[in-house]
Amino acid sequence: MTVQIGVGETGKLMRRDVVQALLENRDGMLAIGGLGAPAWDITAAGDSPLNLPLWGGMGAAAVMGLGLALAQPERKVVVITGDGEMLMGVGSLATVAVQRPRNLSIVVLDNEHYGETGMQETHTKHGVDLVMMAKGAGIADSRLVRTAAEVLQLRADIHAGNGPIFAQVKIDETSQPLVLPPREASILQARMREAIMGPQAHLQ
Amino acid sequence: MQREQLESAPSAAADWPDQIYDLLKQHNVRQVGLVPDAGHSRLIKRCLADNDMKVVSLTTEEEGVGLAFGAWLGGEKSVLLMQSSGVGNIINMLSVAIAHRTPCPILVTMRGDFGEFNPFQVPMGNATQACLEAMGTLVKRADKPEDVAETVNATLRLAYNTYRPTATLLGQRLLGAKTFGR
Repeated sequence: MTVQIGVGETGKLMRRDVVQALLENRDGMLAIGGLGAPAWDITAAGDSPLNLPLWGGMGAAAVMGLGLALAQPERKVVVITGDGEMLMGVGSLATVAVQRPRNLSIVVLDNEHYGETGMQETHTKHGVDLVMMAKGAGIADSRLVRTAAEVLQLRADIHAGNGPIFAQVKIDETSQPLVLPPREASILQARMREAIMGPQAHLQ
Repeated sequence: MQREQLESAPSAAADWPDQIYDLLKQHNVRQVGLVPDAGHSRLIKRCLADNDMKVVSLTTEEEGVGLAFGAWLGGEKSVLLMQSSGVGNIINMLSVAIAHRTPCPILVTMRGDFGEFNPFQVPMGNATQACLEAMGTLVKRADKPEDVAETVNATLRLAYNTYRPTATLLGQRLLGAKTFGR
C-alpha cells in the first residue's frame, strides 16, 4: 500500500484516499461507481476499463454489481456508491443478500449529504443506520468503517472474496476536485466487456 | 392448501409459457430477474428448476434493469419478467439500458386490460405500451396463444441483436380475468 489514508477537518476519512486504497493493486477487480462523487472518486483513482462510472441509474448500483458478480463469479466486484444513491435503492440489499454472491462487496461512502445538488442532508445525517439495514436484509458481514485501519481490513476482506460484504464508510463531507470519466456510456459498457471477455465481447 | 388465486393465470392446458421457456434456452439466457405475476407463474417454475439459470427475485421491477445491465457487462444475457403495473416502476431506469446500449428484453403480463376486476390495475395497464414507447422501448403485443412464441422471439432478438430495451406485452385475453361474477 502506497496511499496514506488521511482524515479531514471533521476527523472523518478522506473519500479519495479510501477509494484509492480499495482499488490499488486491484488484481482485475471490477468496480462500479455510483453516480456523482463516487464516480469521480473511482476515476481519480485511475480511469480503467475495469471501472464502470455511472452517470445515472440512481438506486441501482448495488443490483448492477449483483448482475455482474453473478455473471463473473471468478472476479471480485466492488460497488462504490454514496449514501443518497444507496438509500434510493435500499431494497436491493435484500435482493443481494438472498443471492449471497461471494465475490460482491458494496461500499457506501457516507458523507450524510446529497453532494451534487447543494449538500442537502440525507437520512443518514439523522440517524438512519445503513449497516443495520444491510444486516437486517441478511448481509451478515455488514460493517461501519471510521478509521484507516478499518479501511485496510475492509480492503483485505474484499480481496479475500468472503462476500457479500456491506460497508458504510463515514467520510469527510468536503467536496473534491471534479475528475470526470468518459460520458459516452456505450463506450463505458463496451470497454469493460472487452476487458473481461476480450474482442469476442463485441461478437456476442 | 392454497386458496384460489385472485390474479389471473393461464390455464394448465396452455403451453405458451413452456414455449417462452424454450426460447430463453435457445437464446442462452442465464439471468432471469422478476417480480412475480400469476401470469408468469408457470414460466417462473420452469426457470427455477433450471440449474443453468440464475433466477433473481427483485423487491421492485426497477432493480431488474440494473440487473440486466450488470449481467450484460459480465457477458450474460438476461430477461426481465413482470406484470404491467411494474412497468411504472422502471421508466427512468430504462435510461441505463438506452445510454449504455444494453440488451434489456422485458416480458410483461398485462393487467388492467380485458375484463379487469381491480380498479388499481387499470391506469397503468392502460398506459403500459405508451409509457414504454415514450422511453424508446420497442413494444410488441401478443393476444393469442399461437402468437406468443413468435412475438417473444422477436423481442429477444431485437434486444440482443440491436442493444436496447424491448418488450412483449402478453394480453390479458391469454390469461383470463377473474370477474367474481361481475
